[in-house]
Amino acid sequence: MSTVVNDIPVFTAKDLVTDQEVRWCPGCGDYSILKQVQTVVPELGLKREEIVFISGIGCSSRFPYYMETYGMHSIHGRATAIASGLKISRPELSVWIITGDGDSLSIGGNHFIHLLRRNIDVNILLFNNEIYGLTKGQYSPTSELGKVTKSTPMGSVDHPFNPLALVLGADGTFVARSMDRDPIHLRTILKRANAHKGSSLVEIYQNCNVFNDGAFEVFTEKSSKADETLFIEHGQPLVFGAQKDKGIVIDGFTPRVVSLNDVSANDLWIHDETDRVKAGILTRFFDDPKHGPHFPRPFGVFYAENRFTYETALNQQLEDAIAAKGPGDLDALLRGTNTWQVKG
Amino acid sequence: MRYAKDLAEIYGVVNFLFTFAQLFAAFAVLFKMENTTLHATEATILFAGDSGDGIQLTGDQFTNTAALHGNDLSTFPNFPAEIRAPQGTLAGVSGFQIKFGSTEIYTPGDHCDMLVVMNAAALKANLKQLKAGGIIIANTEGFDAKNLRLAKYPDGVNPIEDGSLDAFRLFKIDVTKMTKATLEGSGLGTKEIDRTKNMFVLGFIYWIYNRSLETTIKFIEQKFGKRPEIVEANVKTLKAGYHYGETSETFMQRVEIKAAQIAPGNYRNINGNPATAYGLIAAAQKSGLPLFLGSYPITPASDILHELSRHKNFGVRTFQAEDEIAAITSAIGAAFGGSLAITTSSGPGIALKTEAIGLAIMLELPLVIINVQRGGPSTGLPTKTEQADLLQAIYGRNGEAPLPVIAAQSPGDCFYAVYEACRIAVEHSTPVFFLSDGYLANGAEPWEYPVSADLKPIKAVFAEALPEGEKFLPYKRDEKLARKWAVPGVKGLEHRIGGLEKEHDTGNISYDPDNHEFMVKLRAEKVERIADFIPDQQIDQGPSKGKLLVVGWGSTYGAIKTAVKAALEDGYSVAHAHIRYMNPFPKNLGELMKQYDHVLVPEMNNGQLVRLLRDKYLVPAEGFNKIKGIPFTSTELLEKIKTLA
Repeated sequence: MSTVVNDIPVFTAKDLVTDQEVRWCPGCGDYSILKQVQTVVPELGLKREEIVFISGIGCSSRFPYYMETYGMHSIHGRATAIASGLKISRPELSVWIITGDGDSLSIGGNHFIHLLRRNIDVNILLFNNEIYGLTKGQYSPTSELGKVTKSTPMGSVDHPFNPLALVLGADGTFVARSMDRDPIHLRTILKRANAHKGSSLVEIYQNCNVFNDGAFEVFTEKSSKADETLFIEHGQPLVFGAQKDKGIVIDGFTPRVVSLNDVSANDLWIHDETDRVKAGILTRFFDDPKHGPHFPRPFGVFYAENRFTYETALNQQLEDAIAAKGPGDLDALLRGTNTWQVKG
Repeated sequence: MRYAKDLAEIYGVVNFLFTFAQLFAAFAVLFKMENTTLHATEATILFAGDSGDGIQLTGDQFTNTAALHGNDLSTFPNFPAEIRAPQGTLAGVSGFQIKFGSTEIYTPGDHCDMLVVMNAAALKANLKQLKAGGIIIANTEGFDAKNLRLAKYPDGVNPIEDGSLDAFRLFKIDVTKMTKATLEGSGLGTKEIDRTKNMFVLGFIYWIYNRSLETTIKFIEQKFGKRPEIVEANVKTLKAGYHYGETSETFMQRVEIKAAQIAPGNYRNINGNPATAYGLIAAAQKSGLPLFLGSYPITPASDILHELSRHKNFGVRTFQAEDEIAAITSAIGAAFGGSLAITTSSGPGIALKTEAIGLAIMLELPLVIINVQRGGPSTGLPTKTEQADLLQAIYGRNGEAPLPVIAAQSPGDCFYAVYEACRIAVEHSTPVFFLSDGYLANGAEPWEYPVSADLKPIKAVFAEALPEGEKFLPYKRDEKLARKWAVPGVKGLEHRIGGLEKEHDTGNISYDPDNHEFMVKLRAEKVERIADFIPDQQIDQGPSKGKLLVVGWGSTYGAIKTAVKAALEDGYSVAHAHIRYMNPFPKNLGELMKQYDHVLVPEMNNGQLVRLLRDKYLVPAEGFNKIKGIPFTSTELLEKIKTLA
């Protein structure tokens, strides 16, 4: 903590560890995400005292207690709204929201979509484990249809959310997906999210090894990962497979999986982060990988757009008002325009 | 029984035919006759018409003009919840009552001297408000067959033609025809011409009370500045109404009401909601904190959001959130960041904010929660007034969650009361409830506006950077039991707060049973201790010992004051105390109440303050309740007082 480079105090991952005992279940995916965040944050050129982590309720929402920054562990679903108020009033702060699939997509769904459309410059880390962990195992809004849980003994009849499609629908300006078990990829995406000016949404597949173990194992296990995942990069063709021998082409609006033996790499879909329509198609690579022919699940930055942020526009209005009317004169305000005097 | 008696009185008045002599006598009591102009000390006018008739604007204009004339005054706008209720119907009637005078005025008047009606429904809905022998000014076009049918008068019955109003002085004016004639050749369409007819009526009333048109002309120029033809039409119609009084050989006597002998000082006219907004801006300026408002539109609180959003040059940030919950939680976020954070709403919205208020109590951050109360429960009566959210403010949360509650007593007092709410929030690191209501929000009174230098300072105490190696304790307290405000950006004060129970001093999560009990009691003691920093309860008027003490809170102030004043003049042993600090109560309140044989608590609810008083002080306080969405009249209070004093 004592070194200073270019006026930015240098701190390390160790400086971000608090004196609080981490209380997630052993083997929880949250540990890895915490470690990647603690690794990345010191590399972002931020002052530690200007970083704030805000969470709602759920297993992941314990996160701020383990980050030696400013933080708030708030109430269920409201981290997004609390962070909005903080960032609007203190635009210079680096504000991070830690939320889960229940917290942001169920009880906090409203604030979540409104934050995205306003494009407030915060980083949202959505830990998606497709289950309610803290309340001990009920299905969540991202649990698959038919899921048997404590509250759905005959299987869930609740059609799940596609989180990234929802984010795009709400006009989110940075839409990305990563996973707990790919630290390098997660760190890269976190850096991208931080660099984006606007609401950066990173969906992180996170394994709940107690109530929903293996939900994402086809994407994380060595045996299946290469065939079931598609790592997308701006300007690069969509290629996947253990032998990098499969790719995606797009006919009109219809994507197709092809073998590179049949199709030249030049004819593949080239990922363009600025193409909203194609990003929408990518978010729909969402069929259930357990059943029949399907697309690999994309990871990476689906979409990134530069759009003005709410707080910039609002604070500009304050400056404009001062420029036009001068700084507020309280006595003039209290007096108003129509006064009279009563003489004694 | 009492209700039945009222009804009998009302209908008795309507049906009883005054002889001319009786009518004259009634007026002689009201006005002292002198030459052609009557001199009166006070008058009450009720403007009523369709909600699209511009009644509220007419009332506001008359109010501003009366205020600038130096009259003391009090107003009561009363309008339907629908923006455009079906035209001509009873449901669509909008009213604006103003009492103004050369004496001190505390209420908008129990009954009016003059009823101005734009249509039949307005007459039917408001006739019971008119005093015996009072004046009715009726727009004849509003009494055509269609309007009579919509107002549900029986076939063939027209009250302005059939003599049924003989107990009153009825003046029929064909406003529509006269407005059309005035604007002939103006090039405006029928609809636009029709929209100016309220100006004709206003001009005529100005003539009666011998008022200057200047304030209203200035207003018209500002409001329609971009459309000169509309400015011209409105001003022309306003003047036409005034001249109509002069030239039409009206039988109407003009009335002179001199400026009031009120305390010397500088005055302006003010409504409760703008006063609240100004109080917030003043608190921000005096504390040096940036103001943040998180709000979701709701009647009757939205005008605070509107007003604050106009003052961005004071550094005011207004955030119209997606819902009531985001409104308060965004404010909590801003409070964490060091803003003077406010959220405004009314009962149903407050209900939605409940969980977040609990969070603010746990976080011990300054926050002011404004409830402009309306009739409940649920959606209830959005545009009507009520005081039924007191217990919600005091108790309405899960867990043991006390917080200070402050209530305003008049439109102008909203300024001081909300300023005080901000001071307590900031200096005692706590969320504070501020209670206003629909009657205060929309009502107006002359206001001796303060000079900013005279306002009590508000001192925010921020945590400062600690010496190297020393650990910051976010829940360490001062003598008020307040914790210091540690805002992001200060090096070395990095800390985490949240809704889980806190360990004393460190603020770390703690499930320790003894710690929880300790913290619950500590938070309660912190709120109780505020009583050391607020003034003692005063007696507003009346003896310090006696038969009856009337204890009120909130917007009933004017009605109670008027009633108690009258009772004192009649020799009754009665006093009035009006509570501003609803939690904690002033320390002397219990002792003060014991000086009287009886305690009467009038409230526009089913008995809330009375429960708190009985609970805390074991006094046999008696409630007097009105739950009709309209304020008490001083007459009904006086009757009650006479039974106990």
